Amino acid sequence: MPGTLLGSHLLLGQPAMTSPVPAVTSMATSTSLASAAPGSFVQSIDWVAIAPPLIAALAALGVLLADLFLPAERKRALGWLSVGGLALALIALLPLAHGDARSTFCLRNVAGATGNAALSSGACSYVADHFTLAFQLLALGGGLIAALLSVHTVDEEKLPGGEYWFLLLSSATGAALLPASRDLATLIIALEVASLPAFALVGLRRDGRGAEAALKFFLSSVTATAVMLLGVSFVYAATGSLHLSAIADGLAHAPAQLKPLAEAGAALTLVGFAFKVAAVPFHFWLPDTYTGAPIPIAGYLSVVGKAAGLSGLALVTTIAFRPYGHTWGLALAVLAALTMTAGNVAALRQRGGTPHSAVRLLAWSSVGQAGYLLVPLAAAGYSEAAEPIGATVVYALIYGVVNLGAFAVVAAVSRSTGSRLDDYAGLFARRRWTALALAFFLLCLAGLPPGIVGLFGKVVVFRAAVDAGLGWLAVVMAVNVVIALYYYLVWTAKLFAPAEQPVTERRLPAPLAATLGLTAAVAAVLSVAPQLVLQVAGGSLF
Amino acid sequence: MNAVLIALLLLPLLGAVATLAPLGTDPQAADRRALRLGVAVTGAVLLLTVVLAVGFDHGAPSRMQAVTDLRWIPAIGVRFHLGVDGISLPLIVLTALLTFLCAVYSTKRLPDGEGTPSARSFTGLLLLLEVGMLATFAVLDLVLFFVAFEIVLIPMYFLIARWGSGQRVPAANRFILYTLLGSAVMLLGFLLIGAQAGTFDMTELAAAHGSGLSHTTQVIAALAIVAGLAVKAPAWPLHSWLPDAHTSAPTVGSVLLAGVLLKMGTYGLVRILLPIVPDGTATFAPYLGALAAVGIVYGSLACLALARPGAKGDLKRLIAYSSVGHMGFVLLGIASLTPVGVNGALFANIAHGLITGLLFFLVGAVKDRYGTADLDTLAGTTGAALYGRAPRIGALLAFAAVASLGLPGLAGFWGELLAMFGAFDPAAGLSRPAFVTYMVIAGLGTLLTAGYLLLVVKRVCMGDPSAPPAGGPEGAGQPAPVAEIPDIRPYEAVSWSPLAALTLVAGLWPALLLGLSDPAVKHLLGGG
Repeated sequence: MPGTLLGSHLLLGQPAMTSPVPAVTSMATSTSLASAAPGSFVQSIDWVAIAPPLIAALAALGVLLADLFLPAERKRALGWLSVGGLALALIALLPLAHGDARSTFCLRNVAGATGNAALSSGACSYVADHFTLAFQLLALGGGLIAALLSVHTVDEEKLPGGEYWFLLLSSATGAALLPASRDLATLIIALEVASLPAFALVGLRRDGRGAEAALKFFLSSVTATAVMLLGVSFVYAATGSLHLSAIADGLAHAPAQLKPLAEAGAALTLVGFAFKVAAVPFHFWLPDTYTGAPIPIAGYLSVVGKAAGLSGLALVTTIAFRPYGHTWGLALAVLAALTMTAGNVAALRQRGGTPHSAVRLLAWSSVGQAGYLLVPLAAAGYSEAAEPIGATVVYALIYGVVNLGAFAVVAAVSRSTGSRLDDYAGLFARRRWTALALAFFLLCLAGLPPGIVGLFGKVVVFRAAVDAGLGWLAVVMAVNVVIALYYYLVWTAKLFAPAEQPVTERRLPAPLAATLGLTAAVAAVLSVAPQLVLQVAGGSLF
Repeated sequence: MNAVLIALLLLPLLGAVATLAPLGTDPQAADRRALRLGVAVTGAVLLLTVVLAVGFDHGAPSRMQAVTDLRWIPAIGVRFHLGVDGISLPLIVLTALLTFLCAVYSTKRLPDGEGTPSARSFTGLLLLLEVGMLATFAVLDLVLFFVAFEIVLIPMYFLIARWGSGQRVPAANRFILYTLLGSAVMLLGFLLIGAQAGTFDMTELAAAHGSGLSHTTQVIAALAIVAGLAVKAPAWPLHSWLPDAHTSAPTVGSVLLAGVLLKMGTYGLVRILLPIVPDGTATFAPYLGALAAVGIVYGSLACLALARPGAKGDLKRLIAYSSVGHMGFVLLGIASLTPVGVNGALFANIAHGLITGLLFFLVGAVKDRYGTADLDTLAGTTGAALYGRAPRIGALLAFAAVASLGLPGLAGFWGELLAMFGAFDPAAGLSRPAFVTYMVIAGLGTLLTAGYLLLVVKRVCMGDPSAPPAGGPEGAGQPAPVAEIPDIRPYEAVSWSPLAALTLVAGLWPALLLGLSDPAVKHLLGGG
């Protein structure tokens, strides 16, 4: 990973290298560890800032190596190694949480940032600010929960351990790198590092469904990347830079004959990201992919995969394409309205008796939730500052916790009965706490007390829309919340209904029980003290 | 005092959590313990509200008392702000009283049957419901009000869907979806106000009395808030969830739904709409008044149609429609924007809670005894003859019906009279001819109300007790009414007599309530 980063940077840094001033970062925040002698051509790297993705990447390599030397009966240790690696990466976020944003891989002079101190600090390829930290928390935390969920899945479904854990860690690394990247090349590389392992993870279960799911996912995602790359090349041609802040400058001052090119480039880039977040009309791959994938991977994709796409979209729109704010604001608002409506209506149509209907329902509901997540992004297009983005971050964090919790319950129930919605009838009688936890998660997703944290997530999203003057979008979202409540409620009611037939319950594996307890506890604590997560919406992010 | 108010919310919440704890291995013993826990907690809450009422400074009911004001979510400016004044105090006492009576009633008479969940879940949901109801009347922050408004939905949904009868799941779905759509729209109105005024604090916003909010903002916010609260109240034509919900709900659910949940809508109108967006309210007041007048007549006509012989009218449905009519008076009083009208509305609010709560208890008892609430099956050829078979229940039913139609000297009279007075002389700026028309229509509604209630009394209470039960041709498929029914039981007497007594007290001594609400209303309307 560091190699990739450095490589991409050096490539981009060529103008700076040829300039008389050596490309030395003068960031006061860089640690003594990383400080280089002035005048040297060696870049100084803020190792603390890049630690979270770096640790995850090293853990991935470590797992791959350990897989070669561990005897077959001890492969279980790989899972715990990965969990430990992700936990370490999460701990590495702590030193960054306080203090100012830290940047590394910076250029002194790039096009559009000549000599201006404020702008040159934006011409960094890696920035660890609050936005980055929040999304890294989501990516690594989501990865950790998915890893805990996977421990027994890998065993029971006889998935190849070394590959599975390596791919999961690699994908989490990409997702953690993405929100920190501030130039388009790093951004796309991070996005691909996050997605490419995911294709393989989806296809790891070697049955027909897994292969089909992986192929669908792969084809749609590769198309998206291709479209996005075309867009990026147009933008680069029009503005002469890949750094996001420099692009914003370049777009504002682009010569008239390059305007169409720049606009087409921006539009194509957005289309690419729309694929990644599964916004309508680029969402068809999603339900089949989720049902074909192992359940922990479906949960991982629904949270971390979406978070990666969203953070990229947020960075590109609010920083790089700032001058086109009103245009993409409207486009994203329409996209948000379509996405939430299509997702919720499709989720409404899931019938309890069809195979995998629980996973399909969560898949479609995640499309609907992606629609809500897009609302503050759209609102950001209409406001001067990037403030509304905070609502997306808050909602994504809340959604991440409760959606992974719901997937944990699905994983638990599918071990004993199956993953049809009808299999959940009478769960309360069989497994009190599991049923109560699922009811709580579903009500959080629906945004109704006692799921207070989900309710406040919706409130901040509504607030972003109302503040930006997007009243119509707020009303569309209100209707959608009601539609969504119906299917969440039908599922919740099923938990307390009498069972169809007696079921013998298997004991819950410890990692699964731990995941359930962890997610439920976090959601419950956040319901009592929503300030813990909502403060993200209050402060400045960038 | 503020500790009392916090304990009021915390106690039922802890009680609800306690029902999740293991209460013993024997399920029946656990159920009994849970029901006793419910009575103990709701009883303690009732005691606390009495303490609150006694400690309330009756000399200054317009001032917020027992205030707690803490930062809760500074990130979005939400404060944990509680307090009571002369408007909310009676509603809090009413809520605690009705919940306690319901808990007492449930210890002996819990709906059972196949697929009915345990009494533990019932108690847990009842207590959670109480938290939401009390919080709605006690909070002074718009976002907190919205949260409290939403807390009641899930417990009430499950009470209807799991303990109800008939088409209970569709009815429960309709209840929750309607209300949620309304409250989501209401939230948009709150957020608009918050965005413009920079605060969600109700007392601050009420003191500002609309200054700082542009006319357009006020109109849009008022529209959103009225839409949300009108679903809950319910105002015609947004009432259609109510009859189904009442028909399917268990007795306890009906009592709380009519007695408290509907009041949350009208309370919100008085507490939020009138003082915070006065310009917007004035714009919509004539339309609200018109809807109220239509609702009064519509509710009465629907009841008359149900009470007709041969209409197969369900008694619970009938009382639900009568609620639409009665809440129409409340809305009319509020729409007049005068202190008289709003005082009348608040009085009618309480009176309706007492009387309709009693009526639903009685109808529930009749339904238990006869196995049906179908008026035609009950009445048979001559009438259900409650006077002859169960004279005390018959007398109480007649008492409640007469109170409901607004007989002077009972609680139903004052509120509706004052609401009509308010409409006779509406606030400056409102069209007087329009409101006088509404008043005339409302007057017509009182006549119709008297008509159907007396018809119900005639068909249910009177009749020949020795007449053969009408199980015959038209009653096919329904259980035949029993000839012998037990009269009032001790637990029924305990849970009903406070309501009957308070109906009488409120009717004979209206100053008890009006003295509390009048200064507070004048304060909210900006007069004092």
